[in-house]
Amino acid sequence: MTIKVLAIDDSRTIRSLVRKVMEDAGFHCVCAEDGVEGVNRFAEESPDIVITDINMPNMDGFGVINTIRGGTTNRMVPILVLTTESADHLKAKAREAGATGWIVKPFDDDTIVSLVRRVTGARG
Amino acid sequence: MSTLNSIRDTFFEECEDLMADLADGLAKMQSGTTDPETVNAVFRAVHSVKGGAGAFNLTELVAFSHQFETVLDELRADRLKLQPELMFTLLRSADHLSVLIEAARDGVDVDTAVTQNSASALRVWLKPDSDTPAAPTSAAESFSFAPVTVDFAAFEPVVDLPSAPAITYYHIFFQPTATLFSNGHEPALLFADLARLGTLSSVIDLGDLPAWEEFDTTVPFIKWTLKLASTAAVDQVRAVFEFVDGLCKLDISTSSDPIAELSHPIETPPPAPQPSSLREAAVAPPAPIAEKPSAAAKPTLASSQMADQHGPKPTLRVELDRVDRLINAVGELIINQAMIAQRVNELPVTTDTEVVTYVEDYRLLARDIQEAVMAIRAQPVKPLFQRMSRIVREAADATGKSAQLLAFGEEIEVDKTVIERLADPLTHMIRNAVDHGLESPEDRIKAGKEACGTIRLSAAHRSGRVIISIKDDGAGLNRPKILKIAKEKGLIPQDADLVEADIDSLLFQPGFSTAQKVSNLSGRGVGLDVVRTAVMALGGRVAISSVPGQGTEFTISLPLTLAVMDGMVVSVRGQTMIAPISSIVETIRPSTSEVHNVGPSSKYLSIRGEFIPIVDVASSLGIAPTTTPSEPPLLLLVESENQSQCALIVDEVHDQRQVVIKGLEHNYRSVQGVSAATVLGNGQIALILDLDAIAFQRIPPEMPTEPSLLSHGG
Repeated sequence: MTIKVLAIDDSRTIRSLVRKVMEDAGFHCVCAEDGVEGVNRFAEESPDIVITDINMPNMDGFGVINTIRGGTTNRMVPILVLTTESADHLKAKAREAGATGWIVKPFDDDTIVSLVRRVTGARG
Repeated sequence: MSTLNSIRDTFFEECEDLMADLADGLAKMQSGTTDPETVNAVFRAVHSVKGGAGAFNLTELVAFSHQFETVLDELRADRLKLQPELMFTLLRSADHLSVLIEAARDGVDVDTAVTQNSASALRVWLKPDSDTPAAPTSAAESFSFAPVTVDFAAFEPVVDLPSAPAITYYHIFFQPTATLFSNGHEPALLFADLARLGTLSSVIDLGDLPAWEEFDTTVPFIKWTLKLASTAAVDQVRAVFEFVDGLCKLDISTSSDPIAELSHPIETPPPAPQPSSLREAAVAPPAPIAEKPSAAAKPTLASSQMADQHGPKPTLRVELDRVDRLINAVGELIINQAMIAQRVNELPVTTDTEVVTYVEDYRLLARDIQEAVMAIRAQPVKPLFQRMSRIVREAADATGKSAQLLAFGEEIEVDKTVIERLADPLTHMIRNAVDHGLESPEDRIKAGKEACGTIRLSAAHRSGRVIISIKDDGAGLNRPKILKIAKEKGLIPQDADLVEADIDSLLFQPGFSTAQKVSNLSGRGVGLDVVRTAVMALGGRVAISSVPGQGTEFTISLPLTLAVMDGMVVSVRGQTMIAPISSIVETIRPSTSEVHNVGPSSKYLSIRGEFIPIVDVASSLGIAPTTTPSEPPLLLLVESENQSQCALIVDEVHDQRQVVIKGLEHNYRSVQGVSAATVLGNGQIALILDLDAIAFQRIPPEMPTEPSLLSHGG
């Protein structure tokens, strides 16, 4: 079974990077440009994992997590948060919001791939 | 690698958009809009630059954008109040950020001293205790974006270490809370991670499981005791649980005694055996998992989409090559359409046959397609204009003047190539406006003006062309001085007596420069003649007008597209030529009494109480008069940007049609009086006349008149 990743980030660069890394690892990757598109894509695609940025227009990453966790469908999907800071209070905030884990930007390919495998249980 | 390179390109493309958003937001803030969304958008733009830059190891860019972002974050959190000095710093920082982005893109180094200055200017706004704890001395030091904090490296299989490390025996107690599951975690996956570190065994404690009737699927009841024999350090073991910290009861203890741990294999069966299906139910997340999207979930999402309708329209990014291929094909299509139309016209059919109708439909369709395709290449002038405010600031700085840029009509769209090729001339003119146009603050105050000069940059559509105007509120052209310099430089005879418009146009003469001293801004040996050449290469024109004491206005008039235009098919001494319709005000066949001879070769048209000079297109182009022009001549009345008129003699007007512009420069060379060529419906090549050059850009009367423009082309 191919893992389907939903990447939500308002930066085209980061979206492209995440997609490339995911596809190189053999995962299927769909993207969204902001939180609102993200939760819509989430409902349409039923991804196995969500990777979301925090700071985005329309709906931020916390909003995405709240919407997914507060929904009725696939609500316990692993959600990884992309942050540029590794500050503890941000991690705590992400965890409190319901994030499964976090990725500190800039990320390297292996880190993010092994993390995705880890939280989805995909073999690699 | 090529994917990475293309993502790198994407990054720099995105940076352009982000810098535009940044400029946009800062402009709003400058005009007093400080609502959270505006400040947030500004923050996000810088933040995204930083994020992308980090991915490509652009450390200087990361460091500076971090510093920038930190100040914006303070502003966003209301810990910092927006004030003019801060606004100034932000604008400068945005400028420097562009410089850094461009340098990173082009692989050039930026003077670190400049970056440090800019970073220091930002740091002034931060309280000493905010931001970085180490009180760094430079931006680069303040933010070390070290090559990735590998939070999860611990989960990779442990690599063999040089000296065989001692095995540690871990005793781990683990009891998850409900939140652990609802956050998307799965104990089994955590155990799998542990297993990668060494040899793992586990004991499940189901002692807390309630009776079947009291079973609550939302509460986890299971506890685990795990034994791990591993060479990994305790930190690596703890790191497995990093994400679930606080979401479970966790106790990790170690022992180096294998006997103590392994001699009590924890194969003890669970005290209260349960049906295996139930056991799984308890471990599994307390809610249905991995459902397909249900119809019930849709409405809320749909409504949030509705709320988003004010957002940007969806866009598609396409390589320019593909668009150009399409444009070329459409050009051929239009020529093909013209050929078919011509053949049909030559058929012995009446105009009401079906073929004629279809051909007309074909023409309209081709035109629709062409317009749609052209719209793909059209881009708003906004990013170009935004760059100019930076130019104004830089120029004002360098000259010690105070200046602001007001932009209008930023939404006007122009062909992408036009925008690109307009950047340099526009930059030059904006610098000129600040450097030469505006007075010093002291002089302005003396003249009763505000100390800060204003440059108005505007774009507008006018009769099928785009008009870009650069208007300053400076002292205006000093015509006596221009005249004096032109005479000194021998550009005009000493006794020349020019009208104002002719004096002004001297500024466009090669080698003309009125700057008292050569500043490092506009006086670089290139003058307005370079600007004019660049604009004319785009099929455009530059006009100048000035009122002493009130300022100077440069007007650039450009075609909307470089590929197709509406033309009037005319014949000039047996040659078929195209006159651009956008330049033509009307066609007139005057009565003989309306044409007046002034001197041996000059003719004037007297119409509606005005005298309009008449120019013979054929003789301007140096075409030998094989036939004499009909009397009275057929005239095309054309008007220049500054509303002066001229009547051009042609022999016949045949038709109006859309023609595909084929540049002459590439295939032949540039010819004065001719802007391009086209292919007509009958396959014949026709020159497209540059009516403006023929009518208004004649060599000043004081200069020796060249007999033929054609022979001096190129």
